Amino acid sequence: MARAIVNVPAQARRGEIIEIKTLAAHSMETGFRRTQLGELIPRDIIRRFVCIYNGAEIFRVDLHPAVAANPLIAFTTVATESGTIECQWAGDNGYAVTETALIRVE
Amino acid sequence: MSVRIGVRPCLALAAACILLEFAKAGAAAEIPLAERRSGYDLMGRETRAMQDDDATNPGTLWVLDGEALWNAKAGSAGRACSSCHGDARASMKGVAARYPAFDAARRRPVNLEERINFCRADRQKAPPLAFEGKDLLALSAYVARQSRGLPSEIAIDERTKPFLDAGRETFYRRQGQLNLACTQCHNDNWGKKLAGSIIPQAHPTGYPLYRLEWQGLGSLQRRLRNCFVGMRAEPYAYGAPEFVDLELYLMWRARGMKLETPAVRP
Repeated sequence: MARAIVNVPAQARRGEIIEIKTLAAHSMETGFRRTQLGELIPRDIIRRFVCIYNGAEIFRVDLHPAVAANPLIAFTTVATESGTIECQWAGDNGYAVTETALIRVE
Repeated sequence: MSVRIGVRPCLALAAACILLEFAKAGAAAEIPLAERRSGYDLMGRETRAMQDDDATNPGTLWVLDGEALWNAKAGSAGRACSSCHGDARASMKGVAARYPAFDAARRRPVNLEERINFCRADRQKAPPLAFEGKDLLALSAYVARQSRGLPSEIAIDERTKPFLDAGRETFYRRQGQLNLACTQCHNDNWGKKLAGSIIPQAHPTGYPLYRLEWQGLGSLQRRLRNCFVGMRAEPYAYGAPEFVDLELYLMWRARGMKLETPAVRP
């Protein structure tokens, strides 16, 4: 199960600064570790995280090895209008997850 | 011959003295109920904040997986956990706070993970889930999550007393190449540091928990195995009755303390 969680306030005042917190279940295997037999464990990480607020990209991260497993990405934005906040994670081995949260702005 | 007769009572006396000293030390070492503290109180502000907020607590990922498993049919009986138990938020409330609990059919205490697997075998006709596998961790985290904030209440009666005593004996027994007992760190020296880490009192109220060192969720038995390896002792296998006895003793020792599942620890 490629689970991810997006947490935003259900409602906010227009112009208010809101925090968006996201968690994605991922092992973030660095590609530098070896098995007990000395074989390299292939890299398997999330490469990119994008957050889209009502169709406009508001936040983007490129991830590299040495980011911990199950990365927690939290950031802020200004609540401008009601709508959807969509988060996308993409990574090695075809990993791709999209999670959406709704926000009501008054 | 006379020498051997002379030596034996001496040895016996010495052994008895040592045992007496140990018993006294053991009795004195137990932490008074009011001075018990969760490992939560000993960790940093950031890690506490991480645990407190479901949006940042990575254990939430497992809890949500557990909820999906709870409602998914498994085994040849075609039943889900919810088919019998209904909504876990009501039916499982306070259950984890009573585990390990005595199982009358097996005539011994069983822990939450074992109970889940027995339920799978008996009611769902499904193969057992592997210890420390993602599914068993998720299900036990989901069940134990329903007891968060409730006090641990281990009932000790004449049936469970021998197992509690066996667990206590393990806790106070020196073992491994370092010749250490659990009590020497967790009763006598809690709050001090072992290398860079603060030694906690070893209250198992947050399991299964997310350990940053593990980069994942793990059971109490995984933590106990860590401690055994640290003492250079050979750990028991997952699901060993000795481990369940020790779990029983630790949960009894933490009686009245609030469950934190899924906790976060450094």
